Amino acid sequence: MLRKIRLTFAIFFFVAITALFLDFTGSVHAWLGWTAKVQFLPALLAMNLAVVAVLLLLTLFAGRVYCSVICPLGVFQDIVAWLNSCRSKKKFYRFSYSSEVRWLRYGVFALFVLALIAGVGSFVALLAPYSSYGRIVANLFAPLYRWGNNVMAYFAERADSYAFYSIDVWLKSLPTFIIAIVSFVALVALAWRNGRTYCNTICPVGTVLGFLSRFSLFAPTIDTSKCVNCGLCARHCKASCINPEEHKIDYSRCVACMDCIDTCTHHALKFRLRRNKDKQNAPASDSSRRSFLSISALFAASAAVNAQKKKVDGGLAVIENKKIPQRVTPIVPAGAVSARHFARHCTACQLCVSVCPNDVLRPSTDLQKLMQPEMSYERGYCRPECKRCSEVCPAGAIHPITIEEKSSIRIGHAVWVKKNCIPVVDGVECGNCARHCPSGAILMVPSDANKPNSLKIPVVNTARCIGCGACENLCPARPFSAIYVEGNSVHGEM
Amino acid sequence: MSNQHTNKKTISRRDFLKTIGVAGFAASGLASCVGGKNENTTIGEASGPNDNMTYRQSQATADKVSLLGFGMMRLPSVDGKSARDGNGEIDQEMVNELVDYALAHGVNYFDTSPAYCRGMSEHASGIALSRHSRDKYFIATKLSNFAPATWTREASIEMYHNSLKELQTGHIDYMLLHAVGIGSGMEEYENRYIKNGVLDFLLEERKAGRIRNLGFSYHGDVEVFDYLLSRHDEYKWDFVQIQLNYLDWKYAKKTNPRNTDAEYLYNELNKRGIPVVVMEPLLGGRLADVPTPVVARLKQREPELSVASWAFRFAGSLPGVLTVLSGMTCMEHLKDNISSYSPLQPLTDQEFTLLQDMATIMVQFPSIPCTNCKYCMPCPYGLDIPSIFRHYNKCLNEGNVPLSAQDESYSRARRAFLVGYDRSVPKLRQASHCIGCNRCSPHCPQRIDIPGELHRIDAYVERLKITEA
Repeated sequence: MLRKIRLTFAIFFFVAITALFLDFTGSVHAWLGWTAKVQFLPALLAMNLAVVAVLLLLTLFAGRVYCSVICPLGVFQDIVAWLNSCRSKKKFYRFSYSSEVRWLRYGVFALFVLALIAGVGSFVALLAPYSSYGRIVANLFAPLYRWGNNVMAYFAERADSYAFYSIDVWLKSLPTFIIAIVSFVALVALAWRNGRTYCNTICPVGTVLGFLSRFSLFAPTIDTSKCVNCGLCARHCKASCINPEEHKIDYSRCVACMDCIDTCTHHALKFRLRRNKDKQNAPASDSSRRSFLSISALFAASAAVNAQKKKVDGGLAVIENKKIPQRVTPIVPAGAVSARHFARHCTACQLCVSVCPNDVLRPSTDLQKLMQPEMSYERGYCRPECKRCSEVCPAGAIHPITIEEKSSIRIGHAVWVKKNCIPVVDGVECGNCARHCPSGAILMVPSDANKPNSLKIPVVNTARCIGCGACENLCPARPFSAIYVEGNSVHGEM
Repeated sequence: MSNQHTNKKTISRRDFLKTIGVAGFAASGLASCVGGKNENTTIGEASGPNDNMTYRQSQATADKVSLLGFGMMRLPSVDGKSARDGNGEIDQEMVNELVDYALAHGVNYFDTSPAYCRGMSEHASGIALSRHSRDKYFIATKLSNFAPATWTREASIEMYHNSLKELQTGHIDYMLLHAVGIGSGMEEYENRYIKNGVLDFLLEERKAGRIRNLGFSYHGDVEVFDYLLSRHDEYKWDFVQIQLNYLDWKYAKKTNPRNTDAEYLYNELNKRGIPVVVMEPLLGGRLADVPTPVVARLKQREPELSVASWAFRFAGSLPGVLTVLSGMTCMEHLKDNISSYSPLQPLTDQEFTLLQDMATIMVQFPSIPCTNCKYCMPCPYGLDIPSIFRHYNKCLNEGNVPLSAQDESYSRARRAFLVGYDRSVPKLRQASHCIGCNRCSPHCPQRIDIPGELHRIDAYVERLKITEA
């Protein structure tokens, strides 16, 4: 019974969070956006104390329920392990007890905390479980989902329906993509063989909750009077935390999946209030099994996820693709407050990157902020009616903002590049930047101050520029725009 | 025990599949509400054409010309679209088939130009037609010296000789000065045909019999039209090609103050007894795809006839019309158009009035009078101008141009407009990229203020996007 309840909730959270990363229309977020916001590390970084408190209390009450129900990476590993179990009965009982690798657990945790304090976002992002999962879905599953959508759109178009519309699928960042592949392969390999190895050796959230879980009020306990030492429970325990010989369970590693309770044919295992503090310690050093570091499977650098380019029609001028300009300061979304605040809070889960409807956000390739999103405008610009990234961010890296606030938050400022400007180069009228500037920050002035009728060139009133990139994106100069946005390291308000 | 286990496994698997299934059904539910038929097609609504083509006689050479003329401007290309749309070569096999079918069903007037289909039309027409006996058909082509580089006498005459070569013939049955009145009007006309003596050359060629009929096609500045007719006694125009249809009959000027009503042009020609060749009888397909209330009225009267057939009957019913040109891309167009004139059923007075009423309704739709002739293309900044206009007009006709968020069907119409926009025009070729350099407008036979209209559409799209439903 308990197992079924666990499964129901786990599947709900897993499907919900996966859907968040797959959905590009924003409709799922309205209903299920909260499932991302109750994730432990993001909630902690967002200083969402209520959520953190509830999760801690939950753990103190019933153990690491979070790990087997709410955490999508945990459920993902369970699914992988379960698929292997399905193959045969022997596989079903393939696990066995192993002792805790304490130095690794706490060592990694200490490094993690150090990185968190030092603001090394890329290391934090690498270990955070929810973010790892987000990265895998956003980089590996979302493209498939979108291609599927595009197939539907193809047919919808031919059936004169507007139910589906086609969207671009493009490789947003190669390093992030590779990291996603590597972590996917590593996690699948570990889970396939040994279940929850990652959760009980590396995962910093698992370490914190595991520490609390030692003292949980309720936990699976072995009734020694009924136990016949058959060891079935231990062989079915994907956390490898049941020591059948000593009738002890390592509660710091138990993820409260309840599998053991259903497995025991003698009803010796019960999930109940722990009265007598069973003291268990497992000092033995069984290292070989968990030497998870032997992850080799390094992938060939680029699997082809090339954004499909539309062929140019005849009778139409060829349009060169835009290139990303050198930006001294990267641009981060409105609501991020400042580059530093953003770098400190972002766990690089890629949720905002997944939902950005304008193809503006993409993971950074800068080593310090690896995988944390940044903005660029060669495919689209930060449209005034959109504030999706601020709505979905679970970690408080992008604070929720209103449309009105967005129109006055200055995330960057436009810079004019004379040598690219069409009126200067081609000698024709343009003004497309000024025409599309939502804040009226671009003025067209005569190129020759003495001749009021000379061709007009744009000038930027930096005080009014919000850095949305409409000018950069719609500038006819290619491949480099004649006007581009330079980020503001601290976002001002007009 | 093991039983219990397998049982559990299947249940959980089933649960899992169920969850997945629900998501799947939700998605396919969306898909199933697609369907919908393509209304307003001109496709095969009448039963197959018989061989009763209506013919008119030309004055100068007493040619028996079919009332339906084949316009070679919208020839099919191998990638399925009209040759001017795609990068593809002209689908010669298809052109041959179309020409064979047309000839077999009485069509004998073929109108081309050195400019059509990115310059490939004459060549393709030549191949298709030369497979038939030369006395079975009439060739019309034009001196399309639009580019200033071709304004010299040598270049223009070279263009003429090249036409003869491409069309594999020694004589042109109907030769036209191409689109006089376009651009800067009189000035451009004089540069193209007078100062370089090209008109005199063509008159000589007519005298020599290599040009059997000489005329001009007119767009734009009416001053040039009036001037050329005033010199009729001298030039003896054998025919004149004008844009004529039930919308332009009385409303060309209303649609665009710089244009002239077809009624005036027609009467001026009729007064002088000059045969009229009609172009744009369908306004580049716009009169085959009309606003829904208009479709209802026309279908109510003649449920079996296509919407397009009304436009053909309108043009064909006017006395003095020699032939009505239609740029036909596919067999279905050809068949339907042949039916409309096999034989022509002239409009009754009542029907004439009905069409004028329809025009009155249509002119209230703020459609952009683009006929998709593509003279404006290619835009140096990559825009697909005709497709943008076509999408806008289509949405107008279908009632998908919502004006206010308070409109009842606002969110549906908004979606239809925006999703359809991205489908019809790639993002980088949309109106937002128009910089207003205005290189397009001078080429427009309909004299549309192209950058102005593009900026208007762009502003409208922006408004739609901002008021998210």
